[in-house]
Amino acid sequence: MSLLEIRNLSVTFDTASGPFRAVDGVDVSVDAREILSIVGESGSGKSVSMLALMGLLPDTATVTADVMRFDGQDLKTMSKRAKRSIIGREVAMIFQEPMSSLNPCFTVEFQISEMLRKHTDLDRSARRKRAIELMEAVGIPSPEKRLGTFPHQLSGGMSQRVMIAMATSCRPKLLIADEPTTALDVTIQAQILDLLKELCADNNMALVLITHDMGVVAQMADRVQVQYAGQKVEEQNVNPLFADPHHPYTAALLSALPERATARGHLPSIRGVVPGQFDRPPGCLFEPRCSFAVASCRRGAKRQGADLGHALCNRPLINGVPADEKVEA
Amino acid sequence: MSDLLKATGLTKHYEVKKGLFGEPDIVRALNGVSFSLEPGKTLAVVGESGCGKSTLARLVTMIEEPTDGELIIDGKPAKPGDKHLRQTVQIVFQNPYGSLNPRQKIGSILEEPLKINMPDDAKTRRKKAEAMMERVGLRPEHYDRYPHMFSGGQRQRIAIARALMLNPKVLVLDEPVSALDLSIQAQVLNLLIDLQQEFGLAYMFISHDLSVVKHIADDVMVMYLGRAIEKGTGEKAFGDPRHPYTKALMSATPIADPNQRRARVKLEGELPSPLNIPAGCAFHPRCPIAEPRCAQDKPELREVDGRLVSCHLA
Repeated sequence: MSLLEIRNLSVTFDTASGPFRAVDGVDVSVDAREILSIVGESGSGKSVSMLALMGLLPDTATVTADVMRFDGQDLKTMSKRAKRSIIGREVAMIFQEPMSSLNPCFTVEFQISEMLRKHTDLDRSARRKRAIELMEAVGIPSPEKRLGTFPHQLSGGMSQRVMIAMATSCRPKLLIADEPTTALDVTIQAQILDLLKELCADNNMALVLITHDMGVVAQMADRVQVQYAGQKVEEQNVNPLFADPHHPYTAALLSALPERATARGHLPSIRGVVPGQFDRPPGCLFEPRCSFAVASCRRGAKRQGADLGHALCNRPLINGVPADEKVEA
Repeated sequence: MSDLLKATGLTKHYEVKKGLFGEPDIVRALNGVSFSLEPGKTLAVVGESGCGKSTLARLVTMIEEPTDGELIIDGKPAKPGDKHLRQTVQIVFQNPYGSLNPRQKIGSILEEPLKINMPDDAKTRRKKAEAMMERVGLRPEHYDRYPHMFSGGQRQRIAIARALMLNPKVLVLDEPVSALDLSIQAQVLNLLIDLQQEFGLAYMFISHDLSVVKHIADDVMVMYLGRAIEKGTGEKAFGDPRHPYTKALMSATPIADPNQRRARVKLEGELPSPLNIPAGCAFHPRCPIAEPRCAQDKPELREVDGRLVSCHLA
């Protein structure tokens, strides 16, 4: 049984110009000790779906789901109080901008031990000891000296390490990392990604890694879920996804990577832009930008089976060619 | 080949006050960087934040004056007052959300450089703006719209159009695609490649994304703490990097292929502060192959296998 199971999750925001559906019927399932990567461009609903799980969305958001289950417990029917004891302790989250997600008014020690104070019954000296342990585990040099520092005294990489120490302080079963390295330099990014991988192995932790960087996905993930404009368009294990993407969007994204270009000169690009609130196409959301679209795509897209990566597409690709074209040929 | 822009030993130090009576500290943002740009070619400047690449952009565009060193643009020494010379170097900034005035319409954003620098009348200005909009892939009806009505990729097109209004010869691109989504990034890179061919522009392309750099650059300059540490053609610097920092940078960049893992050159620690640059080779505290002499002797750029490297052990 999977550790986290979400079925048909939708999130709608009430905006001044009418309701906007940011997440549209997304399923997410994560097994214990698995690294799932959610990839997509901005506006694909990848962060919002995880914020909905954590209950961190503002009041203007309406969240609906058929199933929302974590470790056998139903999050939908649970009381708020019971949910709070799970969120933060068993499911933890780290964010994109480490500099702005730490509270500038409190020391590192205070912020790490706040988690322990809320969720454990350790006393003050035990909390301090654990905080030092945690900082050591995330690779902060001379942690005793760093306990009293404030966030502005830390670099971006160090702040992200502190965030990771906070998130892992109660040994969560699931860590959600929302673009954890986007704001960091490549050499620091490599350090943080290695650290996350180590922590997963050491603590038997599952990881949901939200990112837009295909390189990070290839390096980290076991399984990949591709989202586009609030919908899940494809889901596959990492090797087959990169070898044979079934949804035209995934295929186009991969071929737009500069490092996949064979020669200098033009990159294969995807024309147009991601649809916004007012120009959502009536059928398949990718249809206006898709180079394989046919008339039926304007009416809607069919969900394919597991052998075709659950692609939300009428003409899923096999080795870069639409499946139905092969049948004719 | 004639150089469009030649920089020799560019240096920029900033003073930071320490209290009322304290001696001011000196931030050594740039320490003697030399390079040249040729028409139709792209020089990529690569490095982590704090390595001085944005300071370099500010010097080249004459926004700031160098503390030391010489900058020659189009055969003339650069002086901040030289209006004509300023027209030959233009810049596109990283964040298209911050670099366009939200209260100006696209038309007036594009016409402003002409208004200030050219004797054109309103009609000619409008004609030039519309021609440029078409060239960068914007529609004529966009002329009367405000920046907030555009997506990130379109805003970056506007910023590029604005930079090209005065027919510059050099374009400084300060991380032009790093704020854009992947599918949009390819569109903007393609546009830049087209414009370079059409106008014979020299690009100084500042980036930390090595896969983008690899695709677009003719020459590469890798910087660390205000110095160029490796300089050469794209093939040499990327295909066979010699400086341990370049190697580490290359190996830290994730490859979008799950079957391919790079042997990682692990870097310990973080970039030292430019207030307090280590003696000898600035990279030695983090270098995996440092020797005792690296802490004392500062390595100069020297030629190794067709490129310039500043390392004793290369």
